[in-house]
Amino acid sequence: MALPAFFDLKGYGHLLIDGALVTLSVGVAAMLVALTLGIFGALARLSKNRLLRSLGTTYATVIRGIPELVLMLLVYYGGTVVLQWLLSLGGGDVRVDINAFMAGTLVVGFVYGAYATEIFRGAFLAVAKGQTEAGQAYGMSNAQVFLRIELPQAWRLAIPGLGNLWLTLLKATSITSVIGLTELARQADLIKAPTKMPFTVFFMACLLYLAMTAVSDVLRIRAERWASSGFRRS
Amino acid sequence: MLGPLDLNLIWNSLPDLFSGLMVTLQLTVLTTIGGILLSVPLGVLRTSPNKFISGPIWAYTYFFRGTPMLIQLFLIYYGLAQFKAVRSSGLWFILRDGYWCCLVAFILNTAAYTIEIIAGALRNVPLGDIEAARAMGMSPFTILRRIKFPIATRILFPAYTNEVVFILQSTSLASLVTVMDLTGAARVVIARTFAPYEMFITIGIIYLILTYLTLWGFRGIEGHLYRHLRSRKEVVSEVPVLR
Repeated sequence: MALPAFFDLKGYGHLLIDGALVTLSVGVAAMLVALTLGIFGALARLSKNRLLRSLGTTYATVIRGIPELVLMLLVYYGGTVVLQWLLSLGGGDVRVDINAFMAGTLVVGFVYGAYATEIFRGAFLAVAKGQTEAGQAYGMSNAQVFLRIELPQAWRLAIPGLGNLWLTLLKATSITSVIGLTELARQADLIKAPTKMPFTVFFMACLLYLAMTAVSDVLRIRAERWASSGFRRS
Repeated sequence: MLGPLDLNLIWNSLPDLFSGLMVTLQLTVLTTIGGILLSVPLGVLRTSPNKFISGPIWAYTYFFRGTPMLIQLFLIYYGLAQFKAVRSSGLWFILRDGYWCCLVAFILNTAAYTIEIIAGALRNVPLGDIEAARAMGMSPFTILRRIKFPIATRILFPAYTNEVVFILQSTSLASLVTVMDLTGAARVVIARTFAPYEMFITIGIIYLILTYLTLWGFRGIEGHLYRHLRSRKEVVSEVPVLR
């Protein structure tokens, strides 16, 4: 792909594009983790079971009380030590290397899953009670009511919040650079020295983040329109 | 269950972590103060109908809210050295120091978010209240001081509380530019003892306590300031929400 001249950065510019692609992949993978955790977290918080409810609350409380950077370092470096210790119980000396992409995806997904829980909880609560009652009156099972009635409607209500979540999550993937994942922030950090243009490099990285944000914004507006088709705007 | 958790090691590291904690608190307080000083005037100007005034402020908040704080910090810490004018200026002794770069980056970042919080609150001041003040013959500045600010402050309080929690947590990024904050101090201890698990869990708990102390503290102030409105108090989240 031919890059515009101002993006050449003494021949290193394409590395920023590579980094942006990694940022996008971590972002998408982490978003999937967050959405899954969010749906289950919301169900746990709304469930009649007290244990499940307090589990959901504890998850949100603890995760949101700790900086992402610290969680990232804890899982990556702390996780290595713990895994090593667990595996050495089976005897022998074991070396463990956690994959940075996996660790990054899981931590970012886990953190934003806590925010997604709140978004889905609000959305499930906002689905009119008459809707689920109508489903039950048709003789649907609980799972059917959830899959056919609650989830599709909650989804529509959750989309604005989830769009905002995605934008924040995408920026948060930059902290995966501290565990060595060569995404956009790390690539910029790596080429600041050989190019001798640190400001230009980081500024270009900013422009790439802004470009991703702008495209996401357009997609979000489309998704909102798509999800609310069939609904009159109030 | 915790296996290799070495409590003795945690105990011995507490003096180091305490000095780190002081740096974290200092960064949080100074960033909060700097952020308020910058965002109050700019937040008012952001609501200006004149595009030449509100436009540049919009561009500033769009840039800082659309890019990661980590990159903003690197842009200032590593980036400014690219310009000879900065290196030879009187400010260079400040801008080559990690601590000052952090303050500049954190203040610019939080101000961008706070400007939008303030502008949003000012736009939500009921028009009837402003019209009543005009009918009383108040000047625009008096209206701002007596009507708009007090009402907007009440509106923005929950969102701003959340913002302070974000400031507190994002000061951990300071450790990436050689600052010995809580996270930085923990990393130094780890380099000496190779006990990442113990140290990160310990500081995680400290951040957790600080977060909820901040949250409850601000909620307490809010409840006290607006106790006359307690009957119509809105439901607020008991945990930090998305910025």
